Amino acid sequence: MEEGKLITPGPAGYKPEPAAFLGVDLPPPGKALLYGEIVDEEVAMREAAKAMLTRRNPTIFPGPLVLWGWNASAMEKAKAVLELAAEIPNCRIIPMPDYRPKYPKIDPEAEINPNHPNLTIIHNKIEACIFVGVHCHYANLSLRMIRAGTNCFTIALCAEMGHEDAMVSLRDVHAEEIRKFKDVLVQVRKELGIEWTPKPPPENPSLPKEEWTTVSPLDFGEYAALLIPRRGEVVEETE
Amino acid sequence: MTERKPEQRVVDPEYLILEAPRERKFITGSQAFAEAIKRANVDIAIAYPITPQSETMHLVGDLYAQGYVKDYYRAEEEYGAMSAIAGAVRGGARAFSATSGPGLLRGLEAIVSWPGHRRPAVLGVMTRVVNAPLSIQPDNVEISYLLNCGMIVLHAENQQDVFDFTLAGFVISEKVDVYIPVAVCTEGFFVTHAKGYVDLPPEDMKLPPRDPYKAPVPPTDCEIPPARIQRDAPVQKSNFMSYLIHAVWQQEIWSANNRARKWIKHYLGGLVEVVNPDAEVFIVASGCAAAQGREAQRYAEMEGLNVGLVKVKSIRPFPAQEIREVLKKAKAVIVPEHNIVGWLAKEVKAVIPNSGIVVDGPRVYGGMTLPVELIMEKIYEAFGVKKAKKTVV
Repeated sequence: MEEGKLITPGPAGYKPEPAAFLGVDLPPPGKALLYGEIVDEEVAMREAAKAMLTRRNPTIFPGPLVLWGWNASAMEKAKAVLELAAEIPNCRIIPMPDYRPKYPKIDPEAEINPNHPNLTIIHNKIEACIFVGVHCHYANLSLRMIRAGTNCFTIALCAEMGHEDAMVSLRDVHAEEIRKFKDVLVQVRKELGIEWTPKPPPENPSLPKEEWTTVSPLDFGEYAALLIPRRGEVVEETE
Repeated sequence: MTERKPEQRVVDPEYLILEAPRERKFITGSQAFAEAIKRANVDIAIAYPITPQSETMHLVGDLYAQGYVKDYYRAEEEYGAMSAIAGAVRGGARAFSATSGPGLLRGLEAIVSWPGHRRPAVLGVMTRVVNAPLSIQPDNVEISYLLNCGMIVLHAENQQDVFDFTLAGFVISEKVDVYIPVAVCTEGFFVTHAKGYVDLPPEDMKLPPRDPYKAPVPPTDCEIPPARIQRDAPVQKSNFMSYLIHAVWQQEIWSANNRARKWIKHYLGGLVEVVNPDAEVFIVASGCAAAQGREAQRYAEMEGLNVGLVKVKSIRPFPAQEIREVLKKAKAVIVPEHNIVGWLAKEVKAVIPNSGIVVDGPRVYGGMTLPVELIMEKIYEAFGVKKAKKTVV
């Protein structure tokens, strides 16, 4: 652990104490957490930006709250996440689409799962990541395991009150705040002298190409069994 | 579902709990529970009110008839009641139940699963004897059964506490960073059946409805944990990661419990109340024992003995730091309790460096009352004061 900093990139050990047990309190509105200390938002944003710009394989992990179009604000937030990703050199997006345990294991190039997030972190050698749109309970589980077993610098862009186990935790983050973070990141990038032309992150190679033209029961994957046909009905392809 | 809707307006919880004008009423502890439920915008109450019990859930049933509670039913027994509370909360409802003694223990398996599944609810616990032979009298040993499951456990001294803890309990339990259930415990009979003064905010005001989407877990989708783990739990798979997920999950529940501290301070004025912080000898007590401790402190003061009181409002989270700070110069600590095991004394001993200063007791149980004189005897012993014993012929 770096001197004077309570919550730093790990590996913190076999089963480290959660930050909340170590005395880390969630920040009040308008403030943020940086290495377990309550600081001004912009201070935390600059450190988060620096991590995403200088550490290996920066990756954004969007959760269900931005992956699915629940409402207009979720869709706007998803757009803002893409705008942010475009400004981070060689940034990838690996989704956390749901929280179900998946056995024997997930495809670590396709997704991250809260039951074993380190598989994705270690497989892809991710040293800086952003959690956004992940429900707080599952973000906390993941952030704690990542700090325990990897050297990844974790950043939580939380729509609620924040996360003690992330190295940087911003609270009340919606589309507007993500864009504000993006502006800070661009500024830090310029200060560091990093040349980068904004472009969308590469498509996830493990996911099948989506043509957006038809929907078939196969698109529902293991949920297909939930599409119960009426007696005698044979479901083939359907719109 | 009832169609009657009383005239109530939704107000901000900050206003209702902390600022609204209050009117003094003389009511029982059970009525205090009901008055809190009346203002809490509760969606459903489920109970198995057997005899003998307090009348709390009967009064909540009346609130349903009056339209203050949207739904109410009597479950088949306590296990069913507590399981149904879990389902209702999982589905997005604000739910309340109350139980006591053997009923609490019968529902315990379901209750202790609430925190892990992130189910915010309020459970009234009117303590009474749980050991055989059964008794209807107060004895709070049952609180010790709740201390290690992760839920927030508040212990009410009197009818006012019952009202305040219950109303604030809903707000605290539904905070996104907390989101675990709150048990509001108080002594059956001594508080539930006896009357005391309670300052109540207007009854035409109520809390905003629960927003199940403002939550650390997704609501209603039974394909997603925590609901799904009932049939596909991570721990049921034997590999390293599954153990780790359960370990951090448990850590998360206790982290949530820890985060409740700031909300308890905000809405209830702190996890402890301290009287005479510069005392030499302290009484540390919770629930009804705190009321008797308060009297003992007053008696001692009248006799020129420098005695203080620490009333522990929150048993979980436990106010370890606060107690350590107050007791750092104490030469003796007296812990009166309404149970034989002395669970509060153990808690106090565990959080101070010099546990030898803790006096075990006085303790009463099986429904006995706790005379102030018993506490005074311990105070005299602590100060080395010799009093002639009265002999009753």
